Amino acid sequence: MHPAPSVIVFTTLSGAGFGLLAFLALGLLPVYGVQAFLIWGLGYGLAVIGLLASTFHLGNPQRAWRAFTQWRTSWLSREGWAAVAALLLLAPVALAAIFGGGLPPFFGLVGAAFCLATVIATSMIYTQLKTVPRWNFWATPALFLAFAATGGAIMTGQALMAAVLCALLAVLMIAAFKLGDQRFGEVGASMGSATGLGSVGKVRVLAQPHTGPNYLMKEMIHVVGRKHAATLRRIAVTLAAILPGLMLLFMPPHPFVLAVIAAIHLMGAFAARWLFFAEAEHVVGLYYGQR
Amino acid sequence: MTYQQPKLDTSPKISDEVRKTTCYMCACRCGINVHLKSGKISYIEGNRDHPVNKGVLCAKGSSGIMQVTAPSRLRAPLRRVGPRGSGAFEEISWEEALQTAVSWLKPLRETAPEKLAFFTGRDQSQSFTSFWAQGFGTPNYAAHGGFCSVNMAAGGIYTMGGAFWEFGQPDWDRAKLFILFGVAEDHDSNPIKIGIGKLKARGSRVIGVNPIRTGYNGVADDWYGITPGTDGLLILSLIHELLKAGKIDLDYLARFTNAPCLVDEAEGPGRGLLLRDKDGKLLVIDKKTGKPAPFDKKGVQPDLGATHKGARTVFQHLAERYLSDEYAPEAVAERTGIPAARIKGLAAEIARAAFDEPVVLDQEWTDFRGDTHSQMVGRPVAFHSMRGVSAHSNGFQTCRALHLLQILIGSVETPGGFRFKPPYPKPPEAHPKPHCGFNPGTPLNGPHLGFVHGPDDLALNPDGSPARIDKAFTWENPMSAHGLMHMVIPNAHAGDPYKIDTMLLYMANMSWNSSMNTRAVMEMLTDKDADGDYKIPRIIYSDAYASEMVAYADLILPDTTYLERHDCISLLDRPICEAEAAADAIRWPVIEPDREVRGFQSVLVELGNRLKLPGFVDEEGKAKYRDYADYMVNHERRPGVGPLMGWRGNGDQTGRGAPNPDQLQRYIDNGGFAIAHIPDEAQFFKPWNMAYQDWAVELGLYDKPQPYLFSIYSEPMQRFRLAAEGHGERQPPEHLRERVRTTMDPLPIWYEPFGDSAGADYPVHALTQRPMAMYHSWGSQNAWLRQIHGHNPLYVPTKIWEANGFQDGDWARVTSPSGEITVPVAHMAALNENTIWTWNAIGKRKGAWALDPDAPEATKGFLLNHLIHELLPEKGDGMRWSNSDPITGQAAWFDLRVRIEKAGPPEESQPAFPSIPSPVPSAKRNRP
Amino acid sequence: MTALPPPSAKKLGLVIDLDTCVGCHACVTACKGWNDQGYGVPLSDQNAYGSEPSGTFLNRVHSYEVQPDQGPAQVINFPRSCLHCENAPCVTVCPTGASYKRAEDGIVLVNEDACIGCGLCAWACPYGARELDQAAGVMKKCTLCVDRIYNENLPEEDRQPACVRTCPAGARHFGDLGDPDSDVSKLVAERGGYDLMPEMDTKPVNKYLPPRPKGPEQQVDILAPLLDVKTTGFAGWLDRILEKI
Repeated sequence: MHPAPSVIVFTTLSGAGFGLLAFLALGLLPVYGVQAFLIWGLGYGLAVIGLLASTFHLGNPQRAWRAFTQWRTSWLSREGWAAVAALLLLAPVALAAIFGGGLPPFFGLVGAAFCLATVIATSMIYTQLKTVPRWNFWATPALFLAFAATGGAIMTGQALMAAVLCALLAVLMIAAFKLGDQRFGEVGASMGSATGLGSVGKVRVLAQPHTGPNYLMKEMIHVVGRKHAATLRRIAVTLAAILPGLMLLFMPPHPFVLAVIAAIHLMGAFAARWLFFAEAEHVVGLYYGQR
Repeated sequence: MTYQQPKLDTSPKISDEVRKTTCYMCACRCGINVHLKSGKISYIEGNRDHPVNKGVLCAKGSSGIMQVTAPSRLRAPLRRVGPRGSGAFEEISWEEALQTAVSWLKPLRETAPEKLAFFTGRDQSQSFTSFWAQGFGTPNYAAHGGFCSVNMAAGGIYTMGGAFWEFGQPDWDRAKLFILFGVAEDHDSNPIKIGIGKLKARGSRVIGVNPIRTGYNGVADDWYGITPGTDGLLILSLIHELLKAGKIDLDYLARFTNAPCLVDEAEGPGRGLLLRDKDGKLLVIDKKTGKPAPFDKKGVQPDLGATHKGARTVFQHLAERYLSDEYAPEAVAERTGIPAARIKGLAAEIARAAFDEPVVLDQEWTDFRGDTHSQMVGRPVAFHSMRGVSAHSNGFQTCRALHLLQILIGSVETPGGFRFKPPYPKPPEAHPKPHCGFNPGTPLNGPHLGFVHGPDDLALNPDGSPARIDKAFTWENPMSAHGLMHMVIPNAHAGDPYKIDTMLLYMANMSWNSSMNTRAVMEMLTDKDADGDYKIPRIIYSDAYASEMVAYADLILPDTTYLERHDCISLLDRPICEAEAAADAIRWPVIEPDREVRGFQSVLVELGNRLKLPGFVDEEGKAKYRDYADYMVNHERRPGVGPLMGWRGNGDQTGRGAPNPDQLQRYIDNGGFAIAHIPDEAQFFKPWNMAYQDWAVELGLYDKPQPYLFSIYSEPMQRFRLAAEGHGERQPPEHLRERVRTTMDPLPIWYEPFGDSAGADYPVHALTQRPMAMYHSWGSQNAWLRQIHGHNPLYVPTKIWEANGFQDGDWARVTSPSGEITVPVAHMAALNENTIWTWNAIGKRKGAWALDPDAPEATKGFLLNHLIHELLPEKGDGMRWSNSDPITGQAAWFDLRVRIEKAGPPEESQPAFPSIPSPVPSAKRNRP
Repeated sequence: MTALPPPSAKKLGLVIDLDTCVGCHACVTACKGWNDQGYGVPLSDQNAYGSEPSGTFLNRVHSYEVQPDQGPAQVINFPRSCLHCENAPCVTVCPTGASYKRAEDGIVLVNEDACIGCGLCAWACPYGARELDQAAGVMKKCTLCVDRIYNENLPEEDRQPACVRTCPAGARHFGDLGDPDSDVSKLVAERGGYDLMPEMDTKPVNKYLPPRPKGPEQQVDILAPLLDVKTTGFAGWLDRILEKI
């Protein structure tokens, strides 16, 4: 799949943002006043920038409001509702933290639940696609949740929890890479089944239907060099999980250090998310003899 | 909640108006419905009522709207202001353009009309353009048949009075076995596709004989991946097998062919000619009497096995020849690349379908001998052939061989076999002979092109030198019925046989894909003599689009697109008839041009008027025709017979009748065409069927019945052979004597294509064909079609692919005896193992056709033409031999032999040429 | 509406005969031409006369080479467009309800006024049937010419998709695949029509007819040497063959 910057920014930042908001909502970082303003602002900022980025992916963003109508069937619609609900529900919690005032933990709990729901809904947009076998299994929601939790834990300074989450994230990332590599084969789609000509013999492309590019090829067929991908995978796991995990264990949880760790983690997350798209092979590529 | 969905208007208005005219995206000439919204073309679809396409339309036709809006359309007359080839032009008015043309042409006509060479390319108005040229008085006129298909046309007409493509078609509704020969999938494309669809729907068997298994060969039930240039050998081997097994239609041969005619074997000037009576009628031996009788005598039963005074029948000669072991499958297997068992299998399939499953129609008919037949019995094996078999130096004889095969099994003009389309059948005797008698200020002494019957008909000056600039109808190519367009520029440049002054070209992309040896042609067009004058002094060119040729002309007369013009697809020319009916059609301006352009034919009318050409002005010098539309209605070629057959006289006459001023409106009202159905009893056996002959006379196809025998044995060829053996006054030059003697065999032969003499250094055959979605070079300017075919790979068979270690994305250097190209390759397994091929005319010169200079057509696309020379490599005999068929002069494109090797990827396909400035503004980036 | 309607009795679709398709691309441009001026926004082209021309098409024709275990490689042309799946994943993923399946005949359509151009439906389609128009930013797909097949402004015989009407070889058939007695259903039954990528569980309505087996005919030797030339010489052959008249 084409690794479009808009969707990479969207999923990475909104994931981290809602992770952070969830941790804040659960009251794991008891800060108030200006500090609260900054950290809640960061959470809202990441989430909103991420959501806004997603609209750059749209052909007609002015109609984006229509995306709220199909929550009964569409994960994208559900994601929209969950995100808005989370942001609205957490507003009093954030305001209470900034301006003082007590709100029962219940509010935070519900808000956190919607943050979680948002991340799950985002992941399900991809997980639901049978056409992209690499996405279409449990690892996708697990990874999205792990990224959100790890990001949230780091940014809220939960050093030990964050370190543990980093370890979990590393395991999940490696598992997703390895298991993902086998997914296309497991699904069983082939040029033979795509064309139905497999029963005649071995199928190969003689001539493409068009010598120029088209939307399908630009959007669904993105070939990453094997060596290049392996290097990027190592970089992604190192930056997103291993390095932050080690830093969390061995460096003081000073806000500045945490900010550096968070930045490194996010860089890793971007790399991982780039790979998430770029390595994902859509079955339509079979018609073009390319994956 | 119940399911909700948007309310949809499922009956929107389609358009304001539908105008029905004729497509011009290839030679099919399908009927089209042009929809207009607010005066603009909105949609084009096939016309269901039309005899050619019956509603369907190909990719090109359906993209016609992009052709009519192409940014490459020329906008106004142009005068060259820079050096030739520089592309520097200024726009001028039509008046200035016409005056310029007249100022060049008038003096020529008055002093030396032969110094005008008028050649047309994809012209569909040849009966008109030739009429104009005849009036001008130049012998130098032809269309593009010489580099396209003359072997196919002439081979068929000399053998059986008709050929494939526009001349005839398989009986799609009754054939049980269909065998398609030859590379290329362009001509007659929609009718063939419709036909294949019919065969497939009925479960008939389709076999392809073609080095390349694309398109029609892809859907074929079986495929023979033959070595290029050996089709004739395969066919003669099939004939060998069928003869041996006695699987031939003896009754058909005896009645309808010259098989029972007697070959004079007495030494002398008549040796090898057929015996005739004192009236010149062919003689046969009547079985009933054992005595000679004219072939068409009532009740005569010709005897195939007779001998008469030492003369044996053609049948005995042919049987003796083809039963020879040299045609045994085992003997030809290696050369053709088809195993002997496969050849035998194919012969057996033909025999089974022809003789075990005859088609019998309970339809009475009467033949020319007065014999009435209660049924029509047919051999349901239909053959068809594409250009591939004919574009070889042995193509004429190969086409003859294929027709011989059809005739031997009795499948021509019989149900289930091959059927002629009116005005065919038409034997060579019914066609004009070539004429070349020119004198200043007078018209030519007759039509330029035609069919020679012996050396006396050649277009030679009294001193034996060629009368025509292209050397058509000379000893080098005696039967060049379509002229030799590909030799015009080389000969004019060399001043051989003489210099010309002005070249007038129409729709002929000679500086690119329509020439062999493209680079050299560009040089010839720009070459100057010692005085600094161009060797070809003046070039006038008419085209609708900014083709590569525009830059090489001095005066451009911009043509309209096909929806902005009048045209007639006439019975005088290559009409749109089907086997069941005669039909012709018109084009008319369904929209008006938005530019300063004029239909070329109307411009010719105007030039004819200004030059006061006979046929265009009356005795007082007054113009007879206002424009081409006027000519279409009011011109009479013979009294009562004009370009269009429909609604003549008062509108109630078909074929014959006085001009009718309402004729065009009647055509328009009828969807742009007229049709006249052939009566049921006249549907088959047309050359011998009196009902058909009478119908044809009534329609005006000819003026008296002309039944004839198929010429299995070609007397015109034997006459040339006799000359080569020293008989007669007109003698071939010594260097051609032996070639004329061997190649002009009156019975079909096979000989190695001349290209094979390139030798072991060039072991690979290289071919081109057009994709079905592109025709000529026009498609590249079409925003839709160029997305389908924006560049062309060179397809390489597995053996060569693996031997060179090719990978996807690789490039190869391809070398022929005359050139070298470096191009992208692609793998194809379903391909003759010694053949490479590519799509033709996708490659474009940078700057042409209003494409960006970095268009893939110019950077990755390529032409094979750079590898092909109009002459064969030097043999060391001091002569340069033409790379063409020695009988017809057809350009032997497919003789090409090359070698191929891997090459590092260049920046773009090689050879690359500098960009030519576009004569039109560059295109808008996106559409709509 | 993004939920799929209850399965309709009428299932309009195409049957494509791979034994007959010659790969001419007629259906491709007829479709382009009709839909450029028909349902919804035009089908735009980018860089139309430049280096990488690219436009929206609703129907594409591939050419495959298939190498059987025995015999030479075959070339099979393969038109590809929307299959109007019964279990259409492109419909259920749509966040706006723009993508929908018609309850009455099963045609899958995009209501362009509601399409935000997110592209998710194209991602969900295994068959590459949807292309996002780059000028209008809305998703385009085969409408089965819904503006033709019921169009009372067209003569009855023309009420079929543009691709079917134009196909010169007659390789495309249109009809009701929900009716077992329809011509298309019978064709599918006779010729073994099949689904593309059944493992995607989309239940396509459109069916493909496989190419018939290719190769030499099974035959008895009809050319058995009834007339052996060698043993009797040419004269003997001639006598015997002429007796046959």
